[in-house]
Amino acid sequence: MTEPTLSGWGRLPAPGTENLGENLVRLSGEARLFRGLGRSYGDSSLPADATDRVIGTRLANRILSFDSETGVLRAEAGLCLRDLNLTFIQRGWFTPVTPGTQFVTLGGMVASDVHGKNHHIAGCFGAHVRALRMCLADGDIVSCSPTERADLFWGAVGGMGLLGHILEVEVQMQRISSSWIQMESERLGSLSEFLSAIQESAAQWPMTVGWIDLAATGKSRGRGLLNKGRWALPTEAPAHPPPLKKEKRLPIDLPNFALNPLTVRAFNMAYYWKQLKKKSVGVVSWEPFFYPLDAILDWNRGYGKRGFVQYQCVLPRASGVQGMQSLVERLAKLGGISPVTVIKDCGAQGQGVLSFPMEGMSLAVDMPVNAEIQSLTDRLNELVIELGGRIYLTKDRFTRPEHFAAMDRRLPAFFELRQKWDPNRRLRSAQSVRLFGDSSKG
Amino acid sequence: MKIVILGATRGMGRALAQQAAARGDELFLLGNEVDELPVSAADAQARHSGSGVSVGHAACDLERTDSFGPALDAATAHLGKIDAVIVTAALFATQDRLEADPEFARRLLTVNFANTVVFCEEVRKRLLAAGGGTLVVFSSVAGDRGRKPIAIYGASKAGLSHYLESIDHKFHEQGLRVVTIKPGFIKTGMTAGLKPPPFAGEPEKVAASVLRAMDKGTPVLYTPAPWRLVMFIIKRLPRFVMRKIKF
Repeated sequence: MTEPTLSGWGRLPAPGTENLGENLVRLSGEARLFRGLGRSYGDSSLPADATDRVIGTRLANRILSFDSETGVLRAEAGLCLRDLNLTFIQRGWFTPVTPGTQFVTLGGMVASDVHGKNHHIAGCFGAHVRALRMCLADGDIVSCSPTERADLFWGAVGGMGLLGHILEVEVQMQRISSSWIQMESERLGSLSEFLSAIQESAAQWPMTVGWIDLAATGKSRGRGLLNKGRWALPTEAPAHPPPLKKEKRLPIDLPNFALNPLTVRAFNMAYYWKQLKKKSVGVVSWEPFFYPLDAILDWNRGYGKRGFVQYQCVLPRASGVQGMQSLVERLAKLGGISPVTVIKDCGAQGQGVLSFPMEGMSLAVDMPVNAEIQSLTDRLNELVIELGGRIYLTKDRFTRPEHFAAMDRRLPAFFELRQKWDPNRRLRSAQSVRLFGDSSKG
Repeated sequence: MKIVILGATRGMGRALAQQAAARGDELFLLGNEVDELPVSAADAQARHSGSGVSVGHAACDLERTDSFGPALDAATAHLGKIDAVIVTAALFATQDRLEADPEFARRLLTVNFANTVVFCEEVRKRLLAAGGGTLVVFSSVAGDRGRKPIAIYGASKAGLSHYLESIDHKFHEQGLRVVTIKPGFIKTGMTAGLKPPPFAGEPEKVAASVLRAMDKGTPVLYTPAPWRLVMFIIKRLPRFVMRKIKF
């Protein structure tokens, strides 16, 4: 028998099993880690040791209350965002913040303090969370909010599940004017054009995100498509609700060589030229707008059995166009080019103690795991440190602890919170062992 | 539709309640987890596509046959008329545990077979008295063939399947629709800790197929669908093969 393993979205496994059940309180005794749908790419949701008790929350998925006047929703932590979307979009409510996939749980959204296309106006998910019910390391069940045990609350928001297990989430939903998106897509021929366009559009559009082509060479490197959107007004939207896409799967693992420099270059070129017009305007359904990659379930199999990670970092506004320029150059030089490179301008840093975004520009690029992945990550991290940026723990598997400490000056504050709420560091993950010096013994 | 679900707080019962609510069915939830019932009812109500619909609930425990009548009375009082009753509640344990614990094995056989039949009889009489209706019961592929890893649990489900087939034959003309659900492996709390075989199903997908079968009155549903073929083959394997394989 092969040893059972768990893995994140990047498919790099770690020995361990998860316990599933509806009653999180009953399951939480002795638990070292909660995980939702395992959509973090790296080792955030993986056990530090194969014998660690890991609880999978996804069966704890009940909506506890919803106030249709105020839009305040309370639910169990395992509720899947897709479930929430399908339940509430037709009624004119949407999650205040959504990541790029809807196959995440509410608890995971809090623990990663996820951000989305509206970060420049709405901040992260945690900014809209009103309260949490948590199970602490010693087994106590407590509630916390921005006004009650606020330090615990803001530590848990973006705290990667390390301050306490999240049992319930109360969040302020957002009113939407229809279930359609009024969208404008703009093709931009160079990185500098792209960067100024995305910043300019932030003032007019509540949702923006860009895709750039790092496979192009010379002046064209970093050309891309900038997508801008807002919820369509009832007068602009079709009267009927948008149809749901039929599920497609990738039935097999593609061979490791399927994504190689040639196919990646071809994919990027095709993607760039799929829009021939400089500007394209239209009304689209919410699902392809927010979740284009969800269209193919299991798309992570495209990277083959070797697995992959995503390198996502944010550079502060002060590092400017030159900062992003130099990062893109280094990526291209080191061969870190992927089919999908996503760029997003971020608004102000949130209150979550380890929350990822800061005011500036974020870049995300998928990378296959190969012999160079460690040194590639190191070289990129060195530049990010130099430029005053930081990386996103939810995507990470290869950052060194000294690099993370140099990037995130808030780390001592997070350690203080752990000292207060979990002095024996009972709650841990493979990532907390790698980055935060937790022991994998005991 | 007006639907009663026994076993509604967990597993497949929960998934069915959530989906039935989303598509606008009126619901009454039964179960033995008294503290969880109001929470599950609130969940179904929040998901309900119609406004102002209240989801009712009452305690009903397959270990206590005297709880059946009052629970179904409460359901009738709440819904007015019952169109369908879904039974997902049951006990489960691995063969190893059941062999080691004869008392639990007795309990499981009583709940899954004898008491479930008693409950279904109560439902059948009420549905027929009201002019007909649909009875949807979760049996299992485990009841299709005597197999090493599910000897006792499988026997309880074999008996149940047999009973359900018989009442379909007997009462179909009078308006009773019997839908026997034969799930393969579904990733719920019941199977937590077991290694999922190929064709393991997600609760949401299975629930959708069960609701379709209920609407159409499909007599027997294997779900996920590949299990129909798997069991077709297993049922035809000769004894000397069954003695050899672990399945």
